[in-house]
Amino acid sequence: MTAATNMKEVLESKLGGVSLVWSAFRDQNRVAVPASHIAAALQTLRDAGMDQLVDITAVDMLEYPGATDRFEVVYLLLNTTSGERLTVKTHVNEPELKLPSACPVWFGADWLEREVYDMFGIVFEGHPNFKRLLLPDAFESFPLRKDYPVKGRGERHNFPIITRAES
Amino acid sequence: MATEINKQLGDNVFLTTIDAAASWARANSLWPMPFATACCGIELMSTAASKHDLSRFGSEVMRFTPRQCDLMIVAGRVVMKMIPVLQRIWLQMPEPKWCISMGACACSGGVFDTYAVVQGIDRFLPVDIYIPGCPPRPEQLIKAIMDLQDKIKKTGTYDAREFKLRILPDGPKRFDEDELVRIRERNGFKLDEPKYDPIH
Repeated sequence: MTAATNMKEVLESKLGGVSLVWSAFRDQNRVAVPASHIAAALQTLRDAGMDQLVDITAVDMLEYPGATDRFEVVYLLLNTTSGERLTVKTHVNEPELKLPSACPVWFGADWLEREVYDMFGIVFEGHPNFKRLLLPDAFESFPLRKDYPVKGRGERHNFPIITRAES
Repeated sequence: MATEINKQLGDNVFLTTIDAAASWARANSLWPMPFATACCGIELMSTAASKHDLSRFGSEVMRFTPRQCDLMIVAGRVVMKMIPVLQRIWLQMPEPKWCISMGACACSGGVFDTYAVVQGIDRFLPVDIYIPGCPPRPEQLIKAIMDLQDKIKKTGTYDAREFKLRILPDGPKRFDEDELVRIRERNGFKLDEPKYDPIH
């Protein structure tokens, strides 16, 4: 816990005046950073010893009780020397679904950000190779959004039919 | 006269048709193309391995190039990204060719009723034999291959003209998803308003 407090001091001294919301649940420390300051916050944490980016993911908060923002992007960080972890959250809303890329900070953010874009449509600016990762390039929707139907919009049936006469 | 010839030749000569002879040869030398994408592929491997030994039925020569195959075994779920690959492999296989849809996912999508999983490969490919099961036992696959051999022996022709007669897919009818809603409403269970976009 002492290390996490240290992280808190580092962040708050670097980002003076920015409202950071800290919370903890069973020794898991979380901080919510405004989207405008996420690049500086991630760089500060990287310099303070958070040398591994474990995962980037996102949550669609549509119809979530008490939620004020649409999308929550989550960065899971790990200090491989001391073993401490930190969850960094930031929020984005339509139509400004943009965040600065974390690739200059951790190169491992490459595919993670592409996957978040693939599923939620959040654009990461400054990414070296920004395109869909899992779904075909012709796919137009973002299937992990809550307003996307589970069975899709007919993409799975939009193929030519090969019959015996043709093959 | 015929009996005279029969006496001279005995069991050394048979009379048959070219269709029957070609079909007999083809039925007993099916070369499968294993299109294994999921756990059904494990059963497919087990079928070919020593315990179940598919080679007893003349179908053991698994080839990993479609140019050398005449039986495609689609084992496992097929996602929408895989369908163009599957269709290209099918078109690369030389005639005559057959297709076995192995397992619940290949036949109908199984439990994976999502935007990405194709609800049965027979929507896009001609299928000869369907195998139910999740995954099917190796015995079921062996039975399917024996059924296919029977089918080839009964309907096969040397120039594969029987395929021209089968233009429409002759698989099971597609399930109407709205039918489930109608059944529930007929029985008095009114459904709530759909929360999200109800387009499937």
